[in-house]
Amino acid sequence: MSENYAPKSAVGRWFNDRLPLLNLIYGHLLPYPTPKNLNYWWTFGGILTFCLVTQIITGLVLAMHYVADADLAFASVEHIMRDVNYGWLLRYIHANGASLFFMAVYIHMARSLFYGSYKEPRELIWIIGVFIFLLMIATAFMGYVLPWGQMSFWGATVITNLFSAIPLVGESVTNWLWGGYAVGSPLLTRFFTLHYLMPFLIFALVILHVWALHVPGNNNPEGINVVQGSQDTVPFHPHYVVKDMFALVVFLVVFAGFVFFVPNLLGHTDNYIEANPLQTPEHIVPEWYFLPFYAILRSVPDKLGGVILMVSAIAILAFLPWLDTSKVRSAKYRPLYRQFVWLFFANVILLGYLGAQTADGLFLIIGRIATAYYFAHFIVILPLLGYIEKTKPLPKSLSEPVLSPEERQMKAAASGAGA
Amino acid sequence: MSEKQVTRRNFLYVTTGAFAAAGAASLAWPFVDQMNPDASVKALASTEIDLRPIIPGQSITVMWRGKPVFIRRRTQAEIDEAKKVNLADLPHPEADSDRAQNPEWLVMVGICTHLGCVPLGQKGDYNGWFCPCHGSHYDTSGRIRKGPAPTNLEIPDYVFLNETTIKIG
Repeated sequence: MSENYAPKSAVGRWFNDRLPLLNLIYGHLLPYPTPKNLNYWWTFGGILTFCLVTQIITGLVLAMHYVADADLAFASVEHIMRDVNYGWLLRYIHANGASLFFMAVYIHMARSLFYGSYKEPRELIWIIGVFIFLLMIATAFMGYVLPWGQMSFWGATVITNLFSAIPLVGESVTNWLWGGYAVGSPLLTRFFTLHYLMPFLIFALVILHVWALHVPGNNNPEGINVVQGSQDTVPFHPHYVVKDMFALVVFLVVFAGFVFFVPNLLGHTDNYIEANPLQTPEHIVPEWYFLPFYAILRSVPDKLGGVILMVSAIAILAFLPWLDTSKVRSAKYRPLYRQFVWLFFANVILLGYLGAQTADGLFLIIGRIATAYYFAHFIVILPLLGYIEKTKPLPKSLSEPVLSPEERQMKAAASGAGA
Repeated sequence: MSEKQVTRRNFLYVTTGAFAAAGAASLAWPFVDQMNPDASVKALASTEIDLRPIIPGQSITVMWRGKPVFIRRRTQAEIDEAKKVNLADLPHPEADSDRAQNPEWLVMVGICTHLGCVPLGQKGDYNGWFCPCHGSHYDTSGRIRKGPAPTNLEIPDYVFLNETTIKIG
């Protein structure tokens, strides 16, 4: 495939002979063999790449107008909203873009969980993905601090105080992070610097993520191995380029709906009040995409314990390929896992709901049960299922499940004759 | 396998590596330390406050090192309530006399020891402070009684310069 590729123009050939960049891009984007049965859940990889590029471009232009200083930050964001040409549009794209980025990444991760894409030989793709997710969390959190509203300030205070739970050195670590004795200008400036840097680190990890993906090739809804270049695969272009484009357009409709009709729906009104270190808002809530983890943090009555559990909730994902002991990938052929994975999704959504409520009474009790179940899924249910579950027989090829009995017979006869 | 010979080349290899590692580590320190509180932040380390305008039962909040500090002129009832608590019942046992140099004046950092929110005064189950973020209740001496906060509200270093002025820090 890519070895046989030669650019059509003389300039292209001259360039490619000296630096085979076009060859590389061609091989990974055009003839790359892809399972022929990928459904729409597989389009979120492309959508996520689009989200990352959108955040980088809008972020770049916003940074031309933003001032990272505690006295000026809030006013500079209002300046972007009111004075800068199309500033309102760029900021709303950037702010809602972060939310949609997380929406897409959660769907992308859920797809991987459902179809077992994290299993051998794709463990490293999944682990790189967990690191991308971690960097996304850090980037989104720091970005939310930059407008320097009440939620920015108090969110930063609560989250940076998590480090004070570290025994012995906690206070020194938090003072080091703050560059002072409380959240203030030094922290804002360093958050801005890191918020600018991290998307490029994410971009680098995305390249590794795709590179690692293109070694074994895509998983597929049947979860079986397909031979690259066999009848079970089709070239990425035009088949999945077109499918990804269509999905992206539908995604953009939703995106535009948020930006133009309800740009503040996912934000918090308190963030339009300038940060006030003397007054804590009545009810501090993080952005919606952090709520499940926030619920886990609050379900523990101990400060250090809560922090450890919240960090573990994300870290445990990296061990998933080994916690899931079943060799069968797709939930389609795992009757028990299929039910448990839906229960897991429901439980995460429940945690998200609880994260937005006050942590007392019944909410706290349900929060503790949901937290326990979140971890039980990984350390009890998944390891056990591999041993007790009776999986359904896997098809031999991607064509087999969709062939009629006659066609199946003909195919078997043909392969028998061939042998 | 025969026993490995330590050659001059091995020795040079290890010492070169060790020097490079020590050099890199010492050069890393300025890059780490630049994030610590700088001289201008440290210079604002103390604040003087005139206590004359505060009547019993009233509190003021002042800023010290970027943090709010509560100064409360406690009523006799609050002082009595704080004193009669059995220390064995406290998650973080501290006598009221160890927390207030002069029982009438309670001076403490107004930051919840859980995750840094500012507690609200004269609220909560113990008539002291209540943190709305995660529900920590403090008593009239600023001691943690209920909720996720691990310790009592912090008492900053302060001295009474005279009857009506204190210096924090």
